[in-house]
Amino acid sequence: MTALKNSIRDLLRYPSAILGSVILLFLLAVSVYALVTIPYSEAVRLWRGGEEVWYQNPKYAAPAWFNIFYSKKKPVSFSVRTTDGSMSKATTPSSDPEISTVDITYSFDYAYEGVPQELMIYFTSQFKDKFSFVSVSWITPDGRTIRIADMAVDHSLTFRFSQDQKLQKRLKTEDVMQAIFMDPESSTQADLKGQYQLVINGTTFEKDATIDAEFVLHGELFGAAGTDKYRRDLLLPLLYGTPIALAFGLLAALGTSLLTMVIAAAGTWYGGWVDELIQRITEVNLVLPFLAILIMVGTFYSRSIWLMLGVTILLSIFSGSIKSYRSIFIQSKESSYIEAARAYGASSSRIIFSYLIPRMIPLLIPALVSAVPSFVFLEASLAVLGLGDPVLPTWGKVINDAFADGALYQGRYYWVLEPAILLMITGFGFAMLGFALDRIFNPRLRDI
Amino acid sequence: MTQNNRLLRIEELVLYFNTRQGPVQAVDGVDFVLDHNRAVVVLGESGCGKSSLAKAILRLLPRNAGTYSGHIYLEGRDIMPLTEEEFRQNIRWASISMVPQAAMNALNPVIRVGDQVGEPAIVHLGVDKTEAISLVKKMFRHVGVPEDFISRYPFELSGGMRQRVAIAMALVTSPILIILDEPTSALDVLTQANIFNVLKRLKKELGISFILITHDIATSSELADDVAVMYAGQIVEVSDAYRFFDKPLHPYSQKLMASVPRLHGDTEPDFITGQPPSLINLPKGCRFADRCPARFEKCAEDPLVIETDDRKVKCWLYS
Amino acid sequence: MVAVPQAKDIENKENTRKTVLSIDDLHVWFELKRFGFGHAGYVKAVDGVTFDIHESETIAVVGESGCGKSSLMKTILALYKPTKGKIVFDNKDLSELDNKGLHWYRSHVGYVQQDPYGALAPFMTVQRILEEPLIVGGIKDKENRIQRIHKAMEEVKLTPVNDFLQKFPHMLSGGQQQRVVIARAMIMEPKLLVADEPVSMLDASVRVEILKLLSNLQEKHNLSVIYITHDLSTVSYFSERIFVMYAGNLVEKAKVRQVVDNPLHPYTMALLTGTSEPDAKNAETFKELPPGEPPSLVNPPTGCRFHPRCSKVIKGLCDVKFPPEFEPEPGHLVACWLYQ
Repeated sequence: MTALKNSIRDLLRYPSAILGSVILLFLLAVSVYALVTIPYSEAVRLWRGGEEVWYQNPKYAAPAWFNIFYSKKKPVSFSVRTTDGSMSKATTPSSDPEISTVDITYSFDYAYEGVPQELMIYFTSQFKDKFSFVSVSWITPDGRTIRIADMAVDHSLTFRFSQDQKLQKRLKTEDVMQAIFMDPESSTQADLKGQYQLVINGTTFEKDATIDAEFVLHGELFGAAGTDKYRRDLLLPLLYGTPIALAFGLLAALGTSLLTMVIAAAGTWYGGWVDELIQRITEVNLVLPFLAILIMVGTFYSRSIWLMLGVTILLSIFSGSIKSYRSIFIQSKESSYIEAARAYGASSSRIIFSYLIPRMIPLLIPALVSAVPSFVFLEASLAVLGLGDPVLPTWGKVINDAFADGALYQGRYYWVLEPAILLMITGFGFAMLGFALDRIFNPRLRDI
Repeated sequence: MTQNNRLLRIEELVLYFNTRQGPVQAVDGVDFVLDHNRAVVVLGESGCGKSSLAKAILRLLPRNAGTYSGHIYLEGRDIMPLTEEEFRQNIRWASISMVPQAAMNALNPVIRVGDQVGEPAIVHLGVDKTEAISLVKKMFRHVGVPEDFISRYPFELSGGMRQRVAIAMALVTSPILIILDEPTSALDVLTQANIFNVLKRLKKELGISFILITHDIATSSELADDVAVMYAGQIVEVSDAYRFFDKPLHPYSQKLMASVPRLHGDTEPDFITGQPPSLINLPKGCRFADRCPARFEKCAEDPLVIETDDRKVKCWLYS
Repeated sequence: MVAVPQAKDIENKENTRKTVLSIDDLHVWFELKRFGFGHAGYVKAVDGVTFDIHESETIAVVGESGCGKSSLMKTILALYKPTKGKIVFDNKDLSELDNKGLHWYRSHVGYVQQDPYGALAPFMTVQRILEEPLIVGGIKDKENRIQRIHKAMEEVKLTPVNDFLQKFPHMLSGGQQQRVVIARAMIMEPKLLVADEPVSMLDASVRVEILKLLSNLQEKHNLSVIYITHDLSTVSYFSERIFVMYAGNLVEKAKVRQVVDNPLHPYTMALLTGTSEPDAKNAETFKELPPGEPPSLVNPPTGCRFHPRCSKVIKGLCDVKFPPEFEPEPGHLVACWLYQ
């Protein structure tokens, strides 16, 4: 216990360790948050769901906070709905118990340059026989009221402003957005800034009928991470990719290091043909093209991340580090405490696991921590190469999608940079911690 | 001894090392003198600072060295104020060389021993390679290594031979003083005795002086003219060898002497209970007081160095 | 000298004392291979060694590095297999023991190593270090193990025990580390203790303390001890008999006093000459030492192996015929043609 306390105190003497730990703790917190708030099935649904899951989101929207850097603010997407109270709804019963009016209004401040991609209203209505009826109007900051639509509402109805032909006709333009946001006084077609109001007046014709509406504005910017080609919120893969990347990296690093160490220890201890065999396998494995084998497995067998993890560990066990571990084991094999253990009759397996390997733990820990990023990157590289897990939202997947869509050519840097920066931060965090651990556990690097 | 014959005078030499736990007071105010063609033995147990003393004299400071002060007069001239470059050119190896601890295992395994031994000559005397090799041959004759060993590699030599090679390396620049740090501690009895024969011969034939740093009292007597006993960073007794080995003054020296097992003779060897203090948390007063059988109230104060009959002892018993 | 009266006591009972370990014509050869295969000769580390150790007897094997004393010791510890010859412990031939028998043998032989720091696993606490032989020895009851650890630590005076149990070796002084090593060797209550230069790495002031401790344990538990050293000066305090080893052979076997006061073999004489005692007169004289170095164990000289370095060599005999053991005085065996 005191040893652990001392180690932590030693660690805190290195700024790089503090920085690394802070980064890793942050990533860990993100992982826990992601796993707790988004269950696995929900994550898969949100990632692979299709149009009905992503309808609220604009296409190719950069993160909302990009506005901080723009002098001309771009429209930020939002959506409001009556079901959760974010859009106000008032139901007034009339003298006729069958009929009541529903007033839904939403006013918002529009202070952006340019017009949104699209405005949409999703109606849902509950009734038995008689359709409800709504009329939609739009009040501009200068007080003009534009009639948008009058229609009967089925159980569900989607109304898209720019695609409504009646509205186009009424406004005498195909560019509805321009028309409803435009300042009519202006000669330069500038949009009008200020408070806009959406007013929906509905009428229901049955006793328990209801109307609910959801108003969605598709701007140029969206959310904390933006969206991709399929309108998917990129926050999901960025959040959910964290535990996956960490799990892959840690499991691969741990599995590889431990198994490598056990095999190296056994080979060194038994010597003879066991050692020869391990050495020859290692040499053959060293010249085998690692990535090519993974691509083959991914192409012909399965792209499941857990299978990839298994194959990665399997191929990394007989790596170059088996040689370096071996050279250290050969030294400690000769140490007199092992001779003593043999003299009191300790078995070979006891010597390997209780005497040879514990000696190496101090070397293993920094090596393990430093090895994590390379496996995180490997997982991302596989995804970029199109061998990512088809189901899971991962960082590499995002880069892959962006790459496939030519995001960089079209200036959608956020799409590539967000996962890339997360990958770099992860690598950086582990590397910083690894350096400090190496200094602590490797006496030769320890400054006095 | 006349002043002219004085080779080395060390005054108030201090060398501390900085560690996280605090300064290690490895050499804490050491004074002693050494005359030409004499050998002084610095006796002490592990961790008493005797190896640090060697490093302090040769200014071979590790990077965590802290306080480093005092005076080292070599033939009357204080070498402490010299710059590192002057020190390297005129003192280290040119005047004072050293056989470090376990030197025989410190030879470069991939360079022929002749080339290794000749290297200091090339660097310090500015001789060319052939001259260096002939110097090496001469030194090999002095230390009793066959001349044809020049083209051998260290692993082809026995431990004793390698130690002789290390001594030749210290000798090749014809220094006036050689510091030997535990020159025989890992060697067999006969090899030890052989090495001491070599050292005695060097002293006799070449007039070299030695500082022999060791924990081995019995073999130290093979070379000693004077003895300085070191305990917890300080010299507690300085005496000529005859009187020291006959009757040491300081209680620590007495105890140390009593702990030497002897082949002949009937006294049962004794041992010192307890452990030397850590050089980081040194006790106030006499540093040996805790383990001393003769301690009395006065020992709570730091003892003065008392000089009796040309012997010095840092102990209140003799005031 | 304490050892003397004690030695005399035992001398009287000499004939009635039980033999604990008996070594007969032991050869330990290591094959040298060329390029990893192909035979290139043998290192004849132990080449025909014969001796007995009695119950509660301490013997010292004295020799220089490379004389084969380590190989002899490791063969006794059953770490090496003899090439030829027999080791008999408690009337059982080691080569005939099965795995279980070997376990039994190992629990009866304790091993004290030279470098106490290296001999203790740096990542184990003192308690764990001492518990290991007990676990290996099949003592399943944790309570019992802890009890025995306490007992062993009290015997080597690592007290108060609880202050040391959770310490790691690097927190202990050299003397304390060696006590842990001794406690580990004693924890299975062995009959035979093999001590390989147990004090050579320790400071002078601690050496005697450790030797006394070993001596006390030996008396208390009627241990037989094989004390391996290159330093004759420590031997006389601690052993009854000395075996002097040179180039794979035992050249002289006798009581300590006989060897120290009346050495017979020229090599033993050289060893005694080489051993210094603190005396300022030493600095004035050169020592008469045999020239050269011990021979290679691959191709040792014919005849007596010491003959190329010996000043008393008899030409035509020493360099041709291997000397048998002679007994010029009772109980004093020497393999030298001078005493034929």
